[in-house]
Amino acid sequence: MEYVLHILILICIYVILSVSLNLIAGYAGLLSMAHAAFYGVGAYVAALMALNLHSPFLVNMVCAVILSGLLGALVGTPSLRIRNDYFVIATFAFQVITFNVLNNWVSFTGGPMGLPGIPQPTLCGLQVSSHLGFLILVGSFCASTLLVTHRIVRSPFGRVLKAIREDEVFAQAAGKNVASGKVLVFVMGAGMAAVAGVLYAYYISFIDPTSFTVMESIFIISIVIIGGSGSLWGPVVGAVVLVVLPELLRFIGLPSSVAANLRQIIYGGLMVAFMMWRPRGFLGEYTFQRKEARE
Amino acid sequence: MSGPVLKVNELSKSFDGVRALAGFSCELCHSEILGLIGPNGAGKTTLFNVVTGFILPERGRISLKNTDTTGLPPHRLANLGIARTFQDLRLIRQLSVLDNVLLSFRNQPGESLGKLFFRSKDCRDHEARNRHEAIQFLEDAGIAGKARDPADDLSYGQQKLLSLVCCLAAGAEVLLLDEPVAGIAPEMIEKILGTIRDLPNKGKSVILIEHNLDAVMQVCDRVIFMDAGARVSEGTPEEVRNDPRVIEAYIA
Repeated sequence: MEYVLHILILICIYVILSVSLNLIAGYAGLLSMAHAAFYGVGAYVAALMALNLHSPFLVNMVCAVILSGLLGALVGTPSLRIRNDYFVIATFAFQVITFNVLNNWVSFTGGPMGLPGIPQPTLCGLQVSSHLGFLILVGSFCASTLLVTHRIVRSPFGRVLKAIREDEVFAQAAGKNVASGKVLVFVMGAGMAAVAGVLYAYYISFIDPTSFTVMESIFIISIVIIGGSGSLWGPVVGAVVLVVLPELLRFIGLPSSVAANLRQIIYGGLMVAFMMWRPRGFLGEYTFQRKEARE
Repeated sequence: MSGPVLKVNELSKSFDGVRALAGFSCELCHSEILGLIGPNGAGKTTLFNVVTGFILPERGRISLKNTDTTGLPPHRLANLGIARTFQDLRLIRQLSVLDNVLLSFRNQPGESLGKLFFRSKDCRDHEARNRHEAIQFLEDAGIAGKARDPADDLSYGQQKLLSLVCCLAAGAEVLLLDEPVAGIAPEMIEKILGTIRDLPNKGKSVILIEHNLDAVMQVCDRVIFMDAGARVSEGTPEEVRNDPRVIEAYIA
């Protein structure tokens, strides 16, 4: 039972991550490799505050979201000047920098040893300790993220994002501020990723930099692509599939060393297959190829 | 017709040493349709790009209703009331016809995240009004039946009509139309010209770039013939048409 709850919690965390990346990459068309960095910043801010300041869960959450959102603005700003592949590389650089700071600033972040002993969160006087409690906590944040995203993408602002994705010149001629749209969507996406990071840190109670590597960013991107970018439910489907699939491998009875490698092979194979035969993913309405094909 | 709505003064712009605009000046009066003709490379589209803020001029000023607008970014100019269409026909092809029109409305509260979450009723009401108005525009244009289809599914002529409808939805006073009837079927030309001819009755002023001289003669109040970035001749459509320099340029 606890195992099932654990999987459900992980799914919720990855839904938050992929839905927020989808806002940036699927709706605004800005493919970002830095999502694990925002995820990590969220986790580290909450963990450091909880360990050093003993501040309550919600305060840590708010601080993590604000700091990550500010970093989002920082990463989003270059998108006003550099485009497509070059922007992907710029976000990649930010991801690598963040990882290296977490890994090497030993006195502050604990370096490769990570931060152990993150206390259990307390909300309205209730301490969340059981798996079920965590599932309710994480699930409600996941649902709120979906609600907020739903509101955004169905709104006139969501329409502006799609216009920015498809044709910036037309968007400008229609009087839309492309610059503020791009930066805002990055702030929102980064803030939501931080929510996932905070929840992860409290749930696992131990964090180290290896959870927030480039590979993690790529994993989140593959959830978005396989689930379907530019659609609200696509990343949800993608998160369920990509979190559950490797778990199924356990039941085949493979030794864990083989299973771990097989996992990577399956992700890679899935990505290639989807890119070749179904670039829109399961539910998507946007493919990352199209823009280059037209230009 | 009263004073000028748009005034362009001594605009200059070069690309790699080629002068696209060489001290070009003109004025657009209220409720006037001004035709802009000239050979390819005369600087007509560059003029539009400069007036709408997509390209910065090297010299010269632009003013809209006596306010200097030189150097403002495109979205600010659009919100001040300049709408344009593009020669290479830009629309958001993946979005529905209706969404393209809805996108074009100005001052939408739902485009601000703050208002979206804290004044959501305002946003919904505004959106509902815009939607109603957008469908009205599409009905007037005769493409309301395709409102839900992606803009990409429209014929080329209908797409040009749609980009004109988007300018109307923007509520702009100055419309810059770049070859609105080039390359489309005769019936659609009639329809688009009819819409353009009606614009002054709605208090709108238009600059029209068009190679189809018949179309220019039909709708324009005044025509400027442009070559090598400068004004060569100006007058009523008949005067310009009979100008030997224009005849020479169009035959040569």
